[in-house]
Amino acid sequence: MKTHADHMPCSTSHGKATRSSRAATRGNLLVPLLFLLLLSACSTAPVVTGPVEPPLRRYEDLVKPGQPNMLDVKDEVEGFNRGSYRFNYYFDEYLYRPVVRGYEFIMPNYLEDRVSDAIDNLGEITNLTNNLMQFNLKAAGITVSRFVINSTVGVGGLWDQAKKMGLKRQTEDFGLTLGHYGTGSGSYLMLPVLGASNVRDTTGLAADLATSNYLGPVAWINDTTFTYAYSGIYAVDRRHRTPFRYRQTGSPFEYELIRSLYTMKRDYDISQTNETK
Amino acid sequence: MNRLLALTLLLVFLFAARPAAAAPPQSYFYPFVNPYEATVMELPKQFEVRLPDQVPVDEFVVRPFPKRDIPEVFWYEKGLPCSLVYQDHKAPLVFLVAGSGSRFDVPRMLKLQKVLYQAGFHVISITSPTHMDFVVNAASGLPGIASEDAKDLYRVMELAYHKVRHRVDVSDFLLAGYSLGGFDAAFVARQDDQEHRFNFKRVLMINPPVCLYDSVSALDRLLVENVPGGMDNFDNWFRGVFSETMHLAESWGPGGLSGESMYRTYKRMQPSESNLAALIGLTARMNAADMIFTADVMNGGGYIVPKNVRLTSTTSLTRYAIVAYKTSFADYFDQWLFPHYQKQEPGLTREALLQRESLRGIEGYLKNSKKFGLIHNEDDIILVSGDIEYLQRVFGDRAWIFPSGGHMGNMFQPDVVSAITGFLKGKEE
Repeated sequence: MKTHADHMPCSTSHGKATRSSRAATRGNLLVPLLFLLLLSACSTAPVVTGPVEPPLRRYEDLVKPGQPNMLDVKDEVEGFNRGSYRFNYYFDEYLYRPVVRGYEFIMPNYLEDRVSDAIDNLGEITNLTNNLMQFNLKAAGITVSRFVINSTVGVGGLWDQAKKMGLKRQTEDFGLTLGHYGTGSGSYLMLPVLGASNVRDTTGLAADLATSNYLGPVAWINDTTFTYAYSGIYAVDRRHRTPFRYRQTGSPFEYELIRSLYTMKRDYDISQTNETK
Repeated sequence: MNRLLALTLLLVFLFAARPAAAAPPQSYFYPFVNPYEATVMELPKQFEVRLPDQVPVDEFVVRPFPKRDIPEVFWYEKGLPCSLVYQDHKAPLVFLVAGSGSRFDVPRMLKLQKVLYQAGFHVISITSPTHMDFVVNAASGLPGIASEDAKDLYRVMELAYHKVRHRVDVSDFLLAGYSLGGFDAAFVARQDDQEHRFNFKRVLMINPPVCLYDSVSALDRLLVENVPGGMDNFDNWFRGVFSETMHLAESWGPGGLSGESMYRTYKRMQPSESNLAALIGLTARMNAADMIFTADVMNGGGYIVPKNVRLTSTTSLTRYAIVAYKTSFADYFDQWLFPHYQKQEPGLTREALLQRESLRGIEGYLKNSKKFGLIHNEDDIILVSGDIEYLQRVFGDRAWIFPSGGHMGNMFQPDVVSAITGFLKGKEE
């Protein structure tokens, strides 16, 4: 019954790894780890240890057929996803956050914000391409203005001067663009290291990554050292700005809660792209 | 200066007629008159007591059942974490018990630690027996029965103190808790009167329920009665509230998933009273569901999880989550907890069990022991009608009852903070 779930995760992780050279180098490290993870991590059914007695409160008695429930999210590779979630917990606890804490310890808050602004400025490229693809010309115009203002007046993007002039960042990504044109989310995916996603948004992520590889900062300065430095700072800054902490929900259903909230949040963002047009 | 203060106090005590309950100061001012708002909203900074930015703190782990096999589905559980906030000199030590579903380090606990540190106490903070960390690591059976939970708490306190006793110089032991933690404190104090490990000098109960069952049922009604169209329409309603909230929240992080942080985003908008009430009820329902599922797994299943299955780290819990969130504390009590106790004590009635495990069941003890103090609000939403008068009667001049503040909304208002620290320091003696 679970053969589908057994094979999907492997193909997803390979698909991701071949999409770009940067992902591939990172993939080199992760593939053996993931392989180990997959060996043990694919069954979503509980292990039966004796004659199974149904519980007093049964799902079938409490849920009317067809009644929507926000906890029900399409999750075809749940075994892999839960394994990946567990991997991310350890990765965050023992590597990612210690590095970010070191960064926060060394850097004054003011400089951390400058780094964030600079990273945001370099990231405007995919906001531009996606706003254009959604034919949201106003937002595309704002994005260009922001980039020009922040790169000049804002000294290479270190200060978000455009925001002070009332030009708000027009965040878009290719996942939202796909959703904007009616692409369904596909199955939920918990990506190793990168976190909550789904098939649509992972495709979007890969496309945006390729865009910034060919058109973004990595292409402007064709130098591997710069690429590594940029990727590293990007990753640290991203975690620094994400308030999420594992186990903060205090709930045994944290996986489910994150899955539902991620899905609802992305649905909401897509509905916003339709409104602004 | 101190002598002048002492003299003034003495004069006040000699000449002022003592009211039945210690009246809050005339100047008491609290900005939220709506109890739901009061419960949810954070007090604006200018109305709040000033607290130190940082206090010296150590976190550590206790394992009351070191041989216990923790089920693989709870792979992230590695003992029960506690914290010690310490003074560098000899001082009284307060055991602080968190409220329903809360860990030792939720924002309210961290703030209370600062209040107590500033007042000169060491503080050991303990996670609520209703939180899953406690249920997995420290509960001896099914949680929800005050006197049994108190035994588990007492065991944790002993281990926690044992771990840190070389670090702190303790003059006296005190006990405090808020909400369910305040309720727990009464039963822990009674346990201590049998075992005498700490001989608590004073015990402070902040906004406790009188009867846990009544209070949790009242909170659950806030959810069930305020979702338009009833619980069958919950999904629609929540999606609506979610997108309204998103409209206002500029940044979103999955950090705000439950408990106190859940409605922090929400307070930025002007929410309807019924939505606020429903969100308070939802938080309570989710806390209960988390506890019930965890307790069921830890006790071999049969209620939500089938018997004779082992959940692993990759087992899908979605169906159990859906069932758990459709289960209220009252369901759990009536269908699972009470029958469980009835099996052990044939002839035990539901009413007798409820009575025994409420403050009414230990009324004589609370009334006669001078070590208890109570802080409460007249408009606290977890009380049912008659409760506040009852508490006033039982605690008499050891009760500080404020006219407004909802459920703990006013905890860091300066007058309330003075009542907390004043009682624990023993100013009234």
